[in-house]
Amino acid sequence: MEGIASARVNFSAKRVAIEHDTALGEDALSEALLKLGFEAQSVTDNPLGDEGADRKRLMRALGVAGFGMMNVMLLSVSVWSGAQGATRELFHWLSALIAIPVIAYAGRPFFASAWMALKYRRTNMDVPISIGVVLATLLSLYETVSGGEHAYFESAVMLLFFLLAGRALDAEMRTRTRAGIGALLGRMGKSASVIGPDGSTKRLAATQLEPGMLVLVAAGEALAADGEVEQGTSAIDNAMLTGESAPEIIGVGSAVHAGAINLTAPIRMRLTQTSDDTALAGIARLMDEAGQSRSQYVRIADRASRAYAPIVHTLAALAFIGWMIAGAGWHQSLVIAIAVLIITCPCAMGLAVPAAQVVASGALLKRGLLVKDGSALERLAEADTALFDKTGTLTLGEPRPDISRLDGDARSVALGLAQNSRHPLSRGLADALRNDGVTPAEIDDVEEIAGTGLSGRWNGQRVALERPPSEASDLATRLSIGDRLLTVTFADQLRTGIAETIATLKTAGLESSILSGDREEAVSMLAKELGIPARAQVDPGEKLAVLEALRAEGRKPLMVGDGLNDGPALAAAHASIAPGTASDASQQAADAVFVGEGLLPVALAVQVAQRTMGVVRQNFIFAIGYNALAVPLAVLGYVTPLIAAIAMSISSIVVVGNSLRLARSARAGRSA
Amino acid sequence: MTGLAFLIPIALLMGLAGLAAFLWAMRNGQYEDLDGAANRILIDEDDGEDETGEGL
Repeated sequence: MEGIASARVNFSAKRVAIEHDTALGEDALSEALLKLGFEAQSVTDNPLGDEGADRKRLMRALGVAGFGMMNVMLLSVSVWSGAQGATRELFHWLSALIAIPVIAYAGRPFFASAWMALKYRRTNMDVPISIGVVLATLLSLYETVSGGEHAYFESAVMLLFFLLAGRALDAEMRTRTRAGIGALLGRMGKSASVIGPDGSTKRLAATQLEPGMLVLVAAGEALAADGEVEQGTSAIDNAMLTGESAPEIIGVGSAVHAGAINLTAPIRMRLTQTSDDTALAGIARLMDEAGQSRSQYVRIADRASRAYAPIVHTLAALAFIGWMIAGAGWHQSLVIAIAVLIITCPCAMGLAVPAAQVVASGALLKRGLLVKDGSALERLAEADTALFDKTGTLTLGEPRPDISRLDGDARSVALGLAQNSRHPLSRGLADALRNDGVTPAEIDDVEEIAGTGLSGRWNGQRVALERPPSEASDLATRLSIGDRLLTVTFADQLRTGIAETIATLKTAGLESSILSGDREEAVSMLAKELGIPARAQVDPGEKLAVLEALRAEGRKPLMVGDGLNDGPALAAAHASIAPGTASDASQQAADAVFVGEGLLPVALAVQVAQRTMGVVRQNFIFAIGYNALAVPLAVLGYVTPLIAAIAMSISSIVVVGNSLRLARSARAGRSA
Repeated sequence: MTGLAFLIPIALLMGLAGLAAFLWAMRNGQYEDLDGAANRILIDEDDGEDETGEGL
């Protein structure tokens, strides 16, 4: 293609970088990509940058800890195998020289988090870790200076390495799925062309817009603020706000909202509400408030460590006091107390949760489900009631044409016409025909009239796609080729696998029901077909109220929905899933996003989440069992640094190995 | 024992070299696109244009 220097696709981040002439606009590029069969969205401002930096910091720390661990271990092995006198001292000093900077660098994520927790008088997983590492380092340093027998540098560094591996896995899982979701985001208008008093236009970012400004909105552009149409007639796609797929005709005086997409003709609008005052921002605030309760959710690892940390610290203190009373001297007592701390340091525990969750989310990603983070998996596993929205969730939410009655010529003419328009019906028709392998006919003089349809010339005849005269209520379009008239009807089809999904959820312990804003008849018909209860004509506020009532009863509802009207409900639910076709706001509010046309990923998500938590519990039981064995030995003073190091590695490997089984169980879920 | 005077610095240097290589690879973006290389073989480079990936 003319004007493109190079293009490179990043398959992991699902992004393409194109180096092109400035003459070539973004629209032309996405149009070209669409012709190749890819729907493209521009990456405007990168909302994922911070996350990436965080992951990189963890990876660097992991690399440094790995280096330190290997070198210190090398020195420690020779000490364990009997190095004496000057050699042992030299090796201890070398270990200290390597380990102290490594611990200071690689331990920062833990120290920072522990400090924050302590500052607010709370405790988390990082508090016992930090205490253990710092005490072990200080004692080892004392041992080195005083020429003692044992140094614990290798234990401290190895502990950090294993824990960092867990953290890095956790961060990796978040960035990977965020990138997937980020690729689906970015449909809201982020800038607008403001018309100055002298008639010149200037591009301003959405945050710089002010009420009273006159804005020119091109066809195909997303609105960046609320306003009133001052000039022009067009159709807008309000799907982001209302979830309604049929376009709305607007003219002078119509109120339009940010997030809508201007479909057919350019309009001029006077802004009334901007940035934080738009209707969209209002709904976002509602969602924010609804999501507050969820942010108080305490992750299982922190819950475990809240119960676990006091026990460990008490045990270590008791060991110290016990040996002091027994007359072992403060030095030996301290060594034993620290051995207890190190051996009980939640190394396996730190890996127990992230390892299982990363494996599970990786397996789900392959099956078309993006889980946002580990806490989402935990909450999905706890859900006990499932609520489904109808339009766009149980159905596909986009009009699908019935093209079986069109013959070869009619198909290629229809595609030739439909591909020129952004009207949802045209796009639906064009997609269906393209998927069928139809090649578009060459149509000349294509013209689109808002509210009426498309027309053009093909082989000297007039061809058109127009709104049928009589059936105003049904979704349909009429194709005319010369004198031939063909009516193409559209229907909002059901997703595949709904019955199977509901059955699977039932075996997993979740009762399903429908919660829809749609008409009573349409909803009750579907509910009867599926054999589940339903509530129709529920507005966003009522949906929120239903969910809050369920929560008040102590239920843990799972909400599956797509429209912006589901947004507050998605944010308030204990866990939530949105389809990839959902509005941006809903995708952000949801814990997981599934792609594709089937509903089965929802059932799979719950199944895999429950299995994951099963494995996490096994990992915890193993880690606790291991501690129950090792702690008495440590308290009695039998644990040498060598035994502690080996035991720690084995427990970590067993935990990771156990978690890897999940990859297979998610695959097995396909046949189940 | 004099062997140690050589062996320990060598071990440390090799470790540091590994660490430096890892940090360089990270900074250089080697871990940014792990699935791309496997798929890229399927892309036809018909006009033999440069493959520097400056776009990233």
